Amino acid sequence: MRKKKTSFFGQIGIHSVLFFGSLIMIVPFAWMVSTSFKLPEEVYLIPPRWIPNKPTLENYTDLFDAMNFGRPFMNTVIVALSITFLSVMLSSMAGYGFAKFKFRGREKLFLIVLGTLMVPGQITMIPVFLMLNQMSLVNTYEGLIFPPIANAFNIFFMRQFIKSLPDELIDAAKIDGANEGFIFFKIILPLTKPALAAITIFTFTGSWNSFLWPLIIAQDESMYTLPVAVSVLGGQYTERIALQMAGACIVIAPLIIVFLIAQKYFIKGIALTGLKG
Amino acid sequence: MKTRFLSIILFIGPSITLMFIFLIIPIFFSFFLSLTNFGAFAMYDWSKASFIGFENFTELFKDELFWKALFNTFYCLIVALPVTVILALGSAIMLNREQTYFKNFFKVSYYLTFITNTVAIAIVWRWILNSQYGIMNYLLGLIGIEGPNWLGDPAWTMPSVIMLVVWRAIGYNMILFLAGLQNIPEYLYEVAELDGATRWQKFIHVTLPMLRPTMLFVTVMMIIGYLQLFQEPYMLTGGGPLNSTLSIVLYLYEQGFQYFNLGYASTIAVILFLIIMGMTLLRMRATKST
Repeated sequence: MRKKKTSFFGQIGIHSVLFFGSLIMIVPFAWMVSTSFKLPEEVYLIPPRWIPNKPTLENYTDLFDAMNFGRPFMNTVIVALSITFLSVMLSSMAGYGFAKFKFRGREKLFLIVLGTLMVPGQITMIPVFLMLNQMSLVNTYEGLIFPPIANAFNIFFMRQFIKSLPDELIDAAKIDGANEGFIFFKIILPLTKPALAAITIFTFTGSWNSFLWPLIIAQDESMYTLPVAVSVLGGQYTERIALQMAGACIVIAPLIIVFLIAQKYFIKGIALTGLKG
Repeated sequence: MKTRFLSIILFIGPSITLMFIFLIIPIFFSFFLSLTNFGAFAMYDWSKASFIGFENFTELFKDELFWKALFNTFYCLIVALPVTVILALGSAIMLNREQTYFKNFFKVSYYLTFITNTVAIAIVWRWILNSQYGIMNYLLGLIGIEGPNWLGDPAWTMPSVIMLVVWRAIGYNMILFLAGLQNIPEYLYEVAELDGATRWQKFIHVTLPMLRPTMLFVTVMMIIGYLQLFQEPYMLTGGGPLNSTLSIVLYLYEQGFQYFNLGYASTIAVILFLIIMGMTLLRMRATKST
């Protein structure tokens, strides 16, 4: 922390720059929310009106009644929660194994896991699509949920965290006759809460936002996730701007709620990845 | 104490199995597919596809659209990377000062753009950048600038895409830089001050060298991320007009999942993979040699 005095004008200058930056970040959201409550005649007004004269919920009711947005919403909730639960569970188990188990080839195996971090998703996309197609899993929840579960980043993150826990904890429990399952669930997991919170949030928002994979796998409207539904909305109802904005609000609102609740874990988690990387 | 084999299988097995099925085997499969003429006709009977050697590659190198996509993708990387670094680092430095107020408000508002959904916010930007009714050109008009046709004029479409990319990336990278800055020990600055260093000299000789690990991480992640540019052009312009925003991944998607030229699309994926690996290694070597 710098302790040097800054001049009054320096202070004003720096705060104005930061404030202007915030404005650029926030205005698009404000504009989205405002437009989503407008009737068509107010959408195209110039100069634009920030607060609609006759606010309406029509766009939202249209979205759920006429466009059946409830379905992609539920799909996204189901898919995102399943991926998050399975991925966090399996990654923390693997992270524990890589951190504390002793066996030959452990480091080599872990290097392979790390190596997959550098692989762009596009290169696995086509083969996985063909494999799923062969098993008739295209256009199913399984097809949306299983491929993204194995997550090298989560395994890496959990391994780093669990590595820092003392071995004595585990050895003492073993002497008392505890098995690996007990040690993991009753001793290790409770100590990794901050790390678990971070990867839970990352995985959830990541799968909520996932776009290219659902775009390929969800071929039928009944399997669309929210981002896919919104992109289709943007393509089909190009003139109904307010409707598009309402769709965008529905995708974004849950993310903002999760973020505001778990803000601390988000920021800590990101800072951790940067320092360890 | 050696761990029992059964525990190893139970704890590590599931993740490793999934990883092999969905990540590692598909990589090799992709290389193989790139050497075939796999198309829609082979979707339900793989034996109909045949091995054609490097034909896809030679065709790809003659494909003008591919070169266009390559050009656009690097255009985005080369402009967006330095701009993101400068804006994110600048904001982080301003936020790291003890005398800055409302730190949390600034952090949250900058970070908000990153956690939101790209598809959804791109639809909002498309409306903002609308040349007739968008608020962007309205606001520019207020200060006497006649805004361009952002999404309609091929000269302005890539800048529009880059604007959205950078807008989303600042907050995340700012948090990373902030963590890096907070790790620099205070005494380094005190020593520099004793030697009479100016603010700029302290930045060049203390801050930047100490930030090197963060800088490496940030730029590597950006190279990997920006080379996979897809959602922004897909939503803003759909790759047009005149393919002015066609990116590598967008072209891959079109070839693979609109025309179902899956062999050809795999070739694009392989090239992208090699480019990303190459660029990442180059960036890492650049840090080692200094």
